[in-house]
Amino acid sequence: MLSARHDFWKGFWGALPFCFVVGPYGMVFGVLAAESGLNIFTSIAFSLAVIAGAAQFTALSLMHDQAPTIVVIIVGLTVNLRMALYSATLATHLGKAPFWTRALVAYSILDHSFALSDAKYQNNPEMTLSQKLAFYFGATGLVGAIWVIGTGIGAWLGARVPDWLALDFAMPIAFIALVAPALRTVPQVAAAFTAAMLALVLAPVPYGLGLIIAAIVALLLGAELERRMEAPA
Amino acid sequence: MNVSPTTLWMIIAGLAFGSWLLRFSFLGIIGNKELPEWAKRHLRYTVVAVMPGIIAPLVFMPRATGGVFDLPRFVAAAVTLAVGVWSRNLLIAIGAGAVTLYSMLNMGF
Repeated sequence: MLSARHDFWKGFWGALPFCFVVGPYGMVFGVLAAESGLNIFTSIAFSLAVIAGAAQFTALSLMHDQAPTIVVIIVGLTVNLRMALYSATLATHLGKAPFWTRALVAYSILDHSFALSDAKYQNNPEMTLSQKLAFYFGATGLVGAIWVIGTGIGAWLGARVPDWLALDFAMPIAFIALVAPALRTVPQVAAAFTAAMLALVLAPVPYGLGLIIAAIVALLLGAELERRMEAPA
Repeated sequence: MNVSPTTLWMIIAGLAFGSWLLRFSFLGIIGNKELPEWAKRHLRYTVVAVMPGIIAPLVFMPRATGGVFDLPRFVAAAVTLAVGVWSRNLLIAIGAGAVTLYSMLNMGF
């Protein structure tokens, strides 16, 4: 139990740098929600119930355009399709956990905590299930809480947040810093480059489907390159 | 924006439940069954296949400028990537990117 507690704090401290970007990102959502007429309570409820930045931003802009309710929900969920990929990856590590634990893991899957945990599990295959779970909840608990708190502060500040802070760019910089250390092998670099190029070319494809297509092609390419490089010549 | 409270709560509830279902999907179905090696090999590429796809449009077509290419944001992204690959350290990479972005925005690019 002592070692699981140790892993919880490792996840927690590992996720700490992300608070400096997820906090501002949450604030941006809060500000936009306030500008769209949501009050502080509904803004916080939104972030607490959905905890998915990209989907929330998409839903907000569609609501702004007076899109039908069902369209807002479906398009928002399409943006979140990548979560199913994260779920499949986490299942290989945490699949043996009890039902309710998995349900809680699922609720709190976030880009950052997923990427941190995935890297941790791949580099430390000897970790036990309880250690893996402790690390995951340490990382995702902190990031999720900061996302909700950031939303609340943003909704409260509203238009008082100045533009020169360029808070919009906190997230791209954090994501780049998160991916860069993972680019170690040729297949990884090839997959990342393919995903970026395809996502740019497919950016006009509606409902965020361009991202899904780009990700699947890049994933297939990376795995196939790895297989060919490992195969005896 | 003219969205009634009922509509807003329906959207929040629908997104919340749907997102949870997507996140639970494989964790729920696969449970403690072991995935085949080829599937695991593909899933190891999830991070490098998804994140660059999220990042690239934000770098080349930033939200803040309404999708128009912005030099400070592009250079900041390039510096973050280079420092991240070189240092393999998340905090150093974020710091380098932030310093680059604020310097360039301040210099009026």
